[in-house]
Amino acid sequence: MKKNSLQIFSEPNSHGYYGEFGGAFIPEMLYDNIENLRQNYLKISSTKKFKQEFDLLLKDFAGRPTALYFAENLSKQYNTNIYLKREDLCHTGAHKVNNTIGQVLVALALGKKRIIAETGAGQHGVATATVCALKGLECVVYMGEKDIERQAPNVARMKMLGAKVIPATSGSKTLKDATNEAIRDWINNPIDTHYIIGSVVGPHPYPDMVAKFQSVISKEIKVQLFKKTGSQLPTHVIACVGGGSNAAGAFYHFLEEKKVKLIAVEAAGCGVNTGFSAATTLLGTTGILHGSKSLLMQTKDGQVVEPHSISAGLDYPGIGPMHANLFKTKRASFIAITDKEALNAAFNLSKSEGIIPALESAHALAALSKLNFKKNDIVVVNLSGRGDKDLNTYMKYL
Amino acid sequence: MNNKLIQLFQTENKNLLNIYCTAGFPKKESTIEVILSLQKNGVDMVEVGMPYSDPIADGDVIQASNMVALNNGMTIELLFKQLNSAIKKIKVPIILMGYLNPVLQYGIEKFCTHAATAGVSGIILPDLPMYEYENLYKKYFLQNNLSFINLITPQTSTKRILEADNQSTGFIYAVSSSTTTGSTNLGENKKEYFEKISSLKLKNNLMIGFGISNKKTFNNACKYAAGAIIGSAYIKALAKNSNIEEATNSFIKTIR
Repeated sequence: MKKNSLQIFSEPNSHGYYGEFGGAFIPEMLYDNIENLRQNYLKISSTKKFKQEFDLLLKDFAGRPTALYFAENLSKQYNTNIYLKREDLCHTGAHKVNNTIGQVLVALALGKKRIIAETGAGQHGVATATVCALKGLECVVYMGEKDIERQAPNVARMKMLGAKVIPATSGSKTLKDATNEAIRDWINNPIDTHYIIGSVVGPHPYPDMVAKFQSVISKEIKVQLFKKTGSQLPTHVIACVGGGSNAAGAFYHFLEEKKVKLIAVEAAGCGVNTGFSAATTLLGTTGILHGSKSLLMQTKDGQVVEPHSISAGLDYPGIGPMHANLFKTKRASFIAITDKEALNAAFNLSKSEGIIPALESAHALAALSKLNFKKNDIVVVNLSGRGDKDLNTYMKYL
Repeated sequence: MNNKLIQLFQTENKNLLNIYCTAGFPKKESTIEVILSLQKNGVDMVEVGMPYSDPIADGDVIQASNMVALNNGMTIELLFKQLNSAIKKIKVPIILMGYLNPVLQYGIEKFCTHAATAGVSGIILPDLPMYEYENLYKKYFLQNNLSFINLITPQTSTKRILEADNQSTGFIYAVSSSTTTGSTNLGENKKEYFEKISSLKLKNNLMIGFGISNKKTFNNACKYAAGAIIGSAYIKALAKNSNIEEATNSFIKTIR
């Protein structure tokens, strides 16, 4: 039996496994909530009422479909055809809102009154606070103390939207620790609270649920690309990966189209082997963090290693189980980009296309220089977010 | 090898006191001194925490003790060495509690064998789901005569409580309320929950944990169970007084 040719990359099995990765490794205190979500998320999201409201909010509130933009100047630089999927034009400035709209609607259908979330760069926190404001839900966002400092504008936005931002002061004081604190909050508030995880990580059914809400990105790419080129399929799709939500969305409808090359871009930080990196597939081994089995940066004793990236959104020691499976099966190729290369790519896009990208997305752009393209290739880069939140960092290099 | 925990429940099933400590806390070499002073003060079983960088079911106090222990260089390997070195002195049943990832990296089969050799009676792994245990790991626990202890909470359904009971050996760990470790009060309205569990006539004894910190909460828990488990309150006592013997003695006096 040819295992790979039969494998469905986009769907986990009934226990939440993508190949050998996934599952639901949660303490009993969370079992009831996770089980309730597992039994209901597909039911809820397939009702007519849900679909209508989700589609309407994506269109009129989030501003979808986002443009697929032919980047002429960038294309000339690389002597190929480069399209940017403009998730940076989404309301709140990144793709994150696709998922928070979906999950808030699920939470309301489950009768939840209070929303909690973790955030790294602050984009998921802002997107959660935004939809909670719209729906009148109490919102608490956990954010690493270090990230609160480096993403101050997003902290202010969350507060203005009525959310409470609680600093995570343990461990590396970044995304991993914010996630721990959010999980602890949920253990303490199991009845009225829904936890909106912002990436394709966490116990089943989160990776699948988040991937499905983000899959609108690749659904739109197919339609838009067909209008522009006469083909639904690009030759390459490139996206950055921290936990991997924007990549999951950009890859989703191409996962079973083997001709389409999928390129996942991780943060190498100061360099893969410097000890200051977040390149999980290169540095990680199989382990369990935040409720799923995946690739994980850890010591030989199984303690989670503190990652480093200039980009708060990629500063995570794990990766979603779907991506771990794409790596293991070689369905996607993984490239690591350093802080410096990402900065250069951000400045290059700003000057050549008039678009200031988020530092996360700049990693995906930097991968262009690491790949060989043919003149007729059609390359889609998922521009997951805009760079306003990163101005503090960019200003140091002006 | 005999399982000391199962032997204990055969002779005693009232007012049992289980105290949690973190291996390698407050000092790397404190583990055995802490266990022996708990034993000397009449504690019925000792739950030894294997420190982890991301203990999601634990509150501030146990998190902090985990970080101290890790910074002290504590590992599972070292814990087994320490336990082996004192195997003749330790009479009290030892239960290891920890998160799955460090155990997986150690190798679950090797972990079970080494635990049994070091005289350990039972294992608590809160983030190992029953489904995964049943399918992948159960055989190693059985081969080594190790008790596997499941947690239940006020949210756990009757069906699942029975499943947990069926799978557990030693005791069932009843989490008193929906909380991480270290909350200060045992919920007043828990009578119904504990009475429901009693009415199910489980094959395993029940030990109640989370929110037990003093004589009052301990006695209250003992009304409904074979005994109770105290963690954060004892860790706090150890953090305050560097004399382990003294800290333990005066702490246990506040419980019974």
